[in-house]
Amino acid sequence: MDRLHQIAERFAAAAPACDYWTLRLVDEESDHLAVRQGVVEPSALGASLGAMVTLVVGGGVGYGATSDLSPAGLRAAADQALGWAACHARLGLFDAAYYPRSALRADYRGPVAEPWEAMRLPDKLHLLQEANQALALDERIVDWSAWLAYRRVQQLLVTSDGGQVAQVWTYVSPGLVAVANAGSQTQRRHGGGADWSQQGGLERIGAAGLLADAPRVAEEAIALLTAPECPRDTRDLILTPGQMVLQIHESIGHPLELDRILGDERNYAGTSFVTPEMFGTYRYGSDLLNVTFDPTVPGELVSGAADDDGTPSRREYLIRNGVLERPLGGVLSQSRSGLPGTANARACAWDRPPIDRMANINLEPGEGTLDELIAGVELGILMDTNRSWSIDDSRNKFQFGCELGRLIIDGELRGLVRNPGYRGISAEFWRRLDGVGGPATREVRGVQNCGKGEPNQSVYVGHATPPARFRSVAVFGGGE
Amino acid sequence: MNQDAFYSLSEQLCAGLRGDEHLFCSLDAESSDFVRLNCNRIRQAGAVRSAVLGLNLINGARQAEASCDLSGELEQDLTLARGLLARLRERLAHVPDDPYLNYSTEPSVSDCRVGETPPDAGAAVADLLTAAAGLDLVGIWASGEISTGLASSIGHRHWHAGTSFNLDWSTYLESDKAVKASYSGLTWEPRVLAEKLAAMRQGLAVMARPARVITPGRYRAYLAPAAVAELMNMLAWGSFDLKSHRTRQTPLLKLVRGERSFNPRVTIREEQDRGLTPAFTGDGFIQPGRVTLIDQGRFGHCLVDARDAKEYGERVNAAGGSPASVGLDPGELAPADVLARLDTGLWIGNLWYCNWSDPNDARVTGMTRFGTWWVEQGRIEAPVKVMRFDDSLYHLLGDRLEGLTTERDLLMDPQTYEGRSTESALLPGVLVGGIELAL
Repeated sequence: MDRLHQIAERFAAAAPACDYWTLRLVDEESDHLAVRQGVVEPSALGASLGAMVTLVVGGGVGYGATSDLSPAGLRAAADQALGWAACHARLGLFDAAYYPRSALRADYRGPVAEPWEAMRLPDKLHLLQEANQALALDERIVDWSAWLAYRRVQQLLVTSDGGQVAQVWTYVSPGLVAVANAGSQTQRRHGGGADWSQQGGLERIGAAGLLADAPRVAEEAIALLTAPECPRDTRDLILTPGQMVLQIHESIGHPLELDRILGDERNYAGTSFVTPEMFGTYRYGSDLLNVTFDPTVPGELVSGAADDDGTPSRREYLIRNGVLERPLGGVLSQSRSGLPGTANARACAWDRPPIDRMANINLEPGEGTLDELIAGVELGILMDTNRSWSIDDSRNKFQFGCELGRLIIDGELRGLVRNPGYRGISAEFWRRLDGVGGPATREVRGVQNCGKGEPNQSVYVGHATPPARFRSVAVFGGGE
Repeated sequence: MNQDAFYSLSEQLCAGLRGDEHLFCSLDAESSDFVRLNCNRIRQAGAVRSAVLGLNLINGARQAEASCDLSGELEQDLTLARGLLARLRERLAHVPDDPYLNYSTEPSVSDCRVGETPPDAGAAVADLLTAAAGLDLVGIWASGEISTGLASSIGHRHWHAGTSFNLDWSTYLESDKAVKASYSGLTWEPRVLAEKLAAMRQGLAVMARPARVITPGRYRAYLAPAAVAELMNMLAWGSFDLKSHRTRQTPLLKLVRGERSFNPRVTIREEQDRGLTPAFTGDGFIQPGRVTLIDQGRFGHCLVDARDAKEYGERVNAAGGSPASVGLDPGELAPADVLARLDTGLWIGNLWYCNWSDPNDARVTGMTRFGTWWVEQGRIEAPVKVMRFDDSLYHLLGDRLEGLTTERDLLMDPQTYEGRSTESALLPGVLVGGIELAL
């Protein structure tokens, strides 16, 4: 971070003449280790360092991004930003007076109990080899691998108003996959943390159960080969946190993004069935539906001090007791729309500008255990681990598939079913919610590949959620 | 970063190698302007200058990789890259031999440049906004130079640079009633833009008619090339790479096993000789100009990158496992006859957000989007509310395929996730006897 401060000081000392500027410096390091079928794959170290200069001048705003952090390089980026600000002033959608200004001074350093460097490379590879051995149960397992990914992001945002926000996020992401095959039927099962990302250090390996999970992952992949297809009918549905993450993400998170509602995303990620007049009155789901924007959950993927505009992060209700309260929109979108919002203007890297993104979007816990949710189902399916996702551009008509399903009959879990999927309409689906697990069932998870924006950006998004139960959902299995 | 600077950096890095070490250096650089548009105004505009150096250090049968952003200042970049090389060298002491290490040991040289001076982005966008006056236009302008380089201690020197623009946009009537277009290429021609905008205005006139609500079920349909591109994107997702075949993960497993087939009209190729993507791989191999992936309805050849080639004893024919320049052969259906042959059904302009619904049966789900019309007795009648399809490619490209158009569209990929894409697709429209709508 010291290096970033030095660069920022140099830039500030020779900052261009303008109404307002920000400099966002991002320093990333990464490492990726994988062992597939007992063979160590080429490891990949990564180092990225760059800056985005944003200038507000004369009613326009523009940006310039560069990996040349010399005074001349930053000056060139500022010149480009200046040129685009002039163009924006003539042809812009909004007056740059709307552009958020920040004087916030804040720091955030994510939780790390055991740093990535605390384990030697041979020990990491040995761990992955052990996981590989546990995955290779028999000849029906036709492919298998285990991995460890490390990413550390240091970001410094400085502004001409005296703002200075320094944040450090660290992620260690383990994972496993086993692929089983018999004839023309192939089934994949993930585990060991593959869909259970959090901030943290090496302690994430044990918490995610990298080694302990391997036998289950392989056994379930094999068992799915001979499991019957998921039935095709309408019945009750219980989603584990592993699938709830996706359900919340696609049918609550995205529709509430204010830039979608304002039309910015219509050409790519899409619009939203949510319209401005719905906030405050619209019944999004049953009374059990309570959804928060919560940057304060320890270890959740996007917990932090502020967004990339320098707006301080704080917890907000988006949906309370089923009623829509607040969209996901940063200060700029709030100004453009006249609606309240959240601190969620985020960029994926130094070379992309902030836009409205999800951060941590969480389903608040209800009551009871997973067993109690199951006990309340006469005929249903439990589905776990997302494998397929598709939803319309208004975020309404969705169809999702999972890796594994289990029949529920008379309140008890029964056998596996393969290729389980379900479909519905967001605006109706959440009203079928009639059970949300209690605090003890909540899992802090997220996704690492949320895509959006023009130019495109892929970001991490946190979702903490219990399992949940939905009544009368259209489910189906595989086959042509 | 230009070619000379990259080669100079690589040579100085290679000069510091020890013993039997080899080094492959790659460069992915771009100098791009991005202008985001909404309501026919500029929403967000800026410029990105980036250069990423890739390193693969090899010693005997061991290898390790790294990457870093370059500043463009030689001494500073050398210091950074040498630091990474030192870490890789240290790492090689702790990794085992890699049985699948595979790189070209034959020096080779190439230099390919496409496109000339790009249009001035600010002027082009201003022209666009003027020409689109009165339209609710939303989308993205991206332009500038994209460079890819490879240099090695063995003697590889390869360079591919392209200067292009890609305007990807849609115009809205209301809510989700919209039509979409794209205009990309090497030379900006206002006449082409004007033609596309005129066609969009015609499309919006149809969109203004009351939307037809249809129920789930099977419908005859014509898929325009942009819609076919989404199906090709699905096939690109794990269908052709050799590893997915040998580990029986390809969604085309039943095709490969001879249990199912595509229509004999379907021939799909990787057409690297289109020239928009580099011919060289990161390991120094040169790709063939064409690889036939699906040959008259039956599986042809896999795409084989260097690592898979070593693992499974095949020849390298690709930089990766997904087509980057896919082509679907044209057919015999004249574009002027499409509506008459469709008779009554759906004219689908775009598909969107596709995913495998059941990969074992090549079953895909996704949405209709943008200009999708209801056609009755060969006449476009009304726009159709967005619908979800869920159907197998063994039907859509198999037993229900009735024709492919004689004309094909060259579609340049507008994606910019890991920098501006250079991928493209050359595709006809497809007439099908039925597509299954589920929701």
